[in-house]
Order: sequence, then C-alpha cells, then structure tokens
Amino acid sequence: MNATEPIVHIEELTTHYGSRRILNNVSLSVQPRETIVLLGSSGTGKSTLLRHILALEKPTAGHIYIKGMDVCHSTDEELNQLRRRMGVLFQSGALFGSMNLADNVAVPLRELTKLDEPTIQVLVRMKLGLVGLGGFEDLMPSQLSGGMRKRAGLARALALDPEILLFDEPSAGLDPITAAGIDDLILKLKETFPMTIVVVTHELVSAFLIADRIAVMFAGEVVALGTPEEIQRSDHPRVQQFLKRVPEEPERDHEAYLRSLTSS
Amino acid sequence: MGSFLVFVGRNSFDFVRYVGGMAGLGKDAAYWTLVAPLRGKGLRGRAAIHQMVLTGVNAIPIVSLIALFVGLILAFQSAYELRKYGGTVFVVNLVAVAMTRQLGPLMTAVIVAGRSASSFAAELGTMKVNEELDALETMGLNKIKFLVVPKCLALLIMMPCLTLVADLMGILGGSVFTTVELGMPYNYYWTRALDALLLKDILSGLIKSVVFGLIITAVGCYEGFSVKGGAEGVGLATTSSVVISITAIIAADMFFSGLFYYIW
Repeated sequence: MNATEPIVHIEELTTHYGSRRILNNVSLSVQPRETIVLLGSSGTGKSTLLRHILALEKPTAGHIYIKGMDVCHSTDEELNQLRRRMGVLFQSGALFGSMNLADNVAVPLRELTKLDEPTIQVLVRMKLGLVGLGGFEDLMPSQLSGGMRKRAGLARALALDPEILLFDEPSAGLDPITAAGIDDLILKLKETFPMTIVVVTHELVSAFLIADRIAVMFAGEVVALGTPEEIQRSDHPRVQQFLKRVPEEPERDHEAYLRSLTSS
Repeated sequence: MGSFLVFVGRNSFDFVRYVGGMAGLGKDAAYWTLVAPLRGKGLRGRAAIHQMVLTGVNAIPIVSLIALFVGLILAFQSAYELRKYGGTVFVVNLVAVAMTRQLGPLMTAVIVAGRSASSFAAELGTMKVNEELDALETMGLNKIKFLVVPKCLALLIMMPCLTLVADLMGILGGSVFTTVELGMPYNYYWTRALDALLLKDILSGLIKSVVFGLIITAVGCYEGFSVKGGAEGVGLATTSSVVISITAIIAADMFFSGLFYYIW
C-alpha cells in the first residue's frame, strides 16, 4: 500500500433498518494516520456508519474497503484477522462485567497472542497506565465512574497496538471536565502513536479540538467534509444550523396534525 | 378464516426460523467444543471449570433434595396401588427403575433448566445490551468459543453427574418409605433395588441427560443472543429460555423414552 492510498475507503454505502433508510449513498476516504470526526446530531446515521466500518452490520448496497479489503464481502476468518489491527471504544465502554480491569485488558492478549502471563501482566499495567488508570487493575467495572469505564475500554482497545482506533461518542454522558480529559487522551494518543483515528461524536468543542478533518452528517448523508476551518466557513445550511445550535423547526401542517390525532 | 391462516402461517414460519437458528447455534457449539480443539484451536478450560461449579456443583443440594422428595412420593403412590395386589415389596423395583430411567434425568434437567438456562440467557442478554458482544466480535474473538463452549462443556460433563446424584437420592427417598412403613431392612432395600436395575436403565438415563444438557445450553444461549431492547428484553429472554427449554426437554424425553422402549 502506498502512502496516499486511503486506509478506510467507503464507497456509495446505503443501508436500511427494515424499510427505513439510515445511510444514503455515503462515500468517504480516511487517510493513514489521519484523525477524522463524524459529526452530526442524534439519528443522522453516524453510529450506524461506524458499525458498518466494524463489519457488525451488512449494508444494502456499496462497499467498505479497509486496508484494501472489502469488509462487506469477507469471510469471518479474514474479518477476524483485520479486526485484530483495529481497536474500538464503545459508547458504554463495553467492559466485560464479570472480569476486573486487568483481565478485561488482558482478554485480547491472552486470546490472540502467544505471550506468556508475566509479559501480559506488564503490558496490561502499561496500557492502564497510559490511560491514567495505573493501580486500578483489581477493580470491577461496576466500581468505576463513567469516565473511568471509558478509559478502561480505551486501554483494552489499545491492547494489541491497533492501526485504526475507532471511538463511538467518547464524551457522551460525561461531565465537561471528564470529557475534556478524554479529548486530551485522544490528542496524546494521536501524537504518540502512528494511528488512524475515527471518532463519532455530536460534541462540537471536542470535534474541533481533535479532528484533522470533519465529516458532517445529516439524514444519512455526508453533507460537508473538510478541515475544521473549512467546516467553520461552510455555508451549507445544515452545517451552520448545527454549528450555531439552531433547533429544528417543527412542521406546521395543521391538516396532517389533525389527521394524525383522529386516525386510529 | 384468512386471518387465522395468516396467524398459523406466521407462527409456523417463526417456529421454523427459531429452530433453525438454534440448530445453527448448536452446530457451532458442537464444532467449537468437540472438533476445533482437535485442530489445535484451543478450549477455554478454566472458564469451563468455573461454569461446572456454577451449573453443576452448586446445583447438587437442590437436585438432591428434590430427587429425595420425588423418590418418596413415587414410593407412596406406587404402594397405594400395589398394596391392593399384596405387592408392596415391588415398590423398590418401581422406584429404582423409574428414578434411573425417567425421573432422575428429567427432574435434574428441569432444575438445571430453571437455574442455568435462565442464567445463560440473562448473562448473554445483558452482555448484548451492554455492547459486550459487539466488543468481543470487534476484537476478532468468536463469541461461541468464548462464551458458549465453556457452558456447553460444563453441562455435558455435569448433567450425567447430577443425574447420578438424583438417581441415588431418589432411591434413598424410596427407602424412607419402605423402612418406616413396610419395616423393610435398609440393606435389603438396597440389595433389592440394585438387583432390579439393569445397566441399560442407568445408561439410558445418562444418555438422555447429555441431550438435555445440550438443549439447555442451546436454548439459554440462543435466547440470550436474541435479546432485543434493554432490561425488558433480558427479562423476556430469561422467561422464555426456561419455558422453551423445559418444553423441549420433555419433548426430547418422550422421544427417547419411546426409542429406548422399542430398541433397547
């Protein structure tokens, strides 16, 4: 792969949940070592797009190429090989509730590598130290705050030194100070490791702080794509609405409203 | 009439799809438990031992108690009819054969279904709701190998063991009646009980218990993986895992009882 070839390449992706269209003809390329933020309000399809990149869902049409491999048409074995090069931080942290932090971080190391136990222990402490959770190895996920759970989830995502790191709403449900801490952590990782980072968020401050490029999503489409400065200057009405935090105008069709009340 | 046909058609379709889905899970579980370890893909031994304690060892007291009661009930009921013919001494034969061939394995399976099918469904369902299953998949780990195989292996080993315990306790329960009511010497009771039993009586019960173990694992895990929605979905899956597994166990028991009656 040469330097200019995208590491993630999404081509005309369309997907439906039942009869409802969630993503509509989305195309997007992510360059190696780039941090891209998928920005948009709730229900615009950004988390769905992330789930497609992870091959957790199959699209109705279109392709997603990761490191040149079409993840929509791969065998489980090929996907598993690829997933070992990817780390994911889920919205809730998705820690295994029955294991303590050390065991959570050790899962990928124990299951997917042939490292001996003392090495795994050292690596686990390193990863937990990296996210600021050194010394918390023996705690269970239920004993942690929301922010700590996300940090621990991040430590597990980093366990195998991934090439691509994906975040689903990293600051959702956190207070501003804790959220800023997570942003700082993402910036630190970006500077330290040669990773491609994809972040799904609706937090403006966070997006403009960490992104190299931002893709603004609305109604299942990417409506604007560019550097944070370009997005600031964009005159797309939806982008401006989002940046200026203008609420959606309710539809004023009185006839339809009355019909919706009286129909059974 | 039309809506009745739609109702029947839809339910038949759902039933076939359910059985198909569960058979698929059962096939995968059998592959990862029995075939994959031979191909060097490993088995999660420690997790399996942990599950054996949870599903097997911890169930010994309740299985023993219930089997003891059932043995005693069986003795009372059979004596009620046999005394009309002056054959109360045959209570021993009846208790021994009925416990080992039928009630030992069946009562054990019903108890384990109540304890473990529900706990499998609740555990896996909660993991699904908390995105833990997605996390596992994105790590490139096989959820069947990681989560189902230890449970499957545990029940394959523990169900026959628990059934043997139930057989013994049931026969012991019968001895309470014969000793107290009929004044039969305790040693004579056991000698007579062992004389009445054939090896195939015990073996047919044990074979059934292995099948019941597979049913409990497949239904419990399938219900857990199929959870939709949040806490309510987990509750529904837990309930149906018990109802469906007990129904399937009794149906399988009927099939095997018929089979053993004619061919063995």
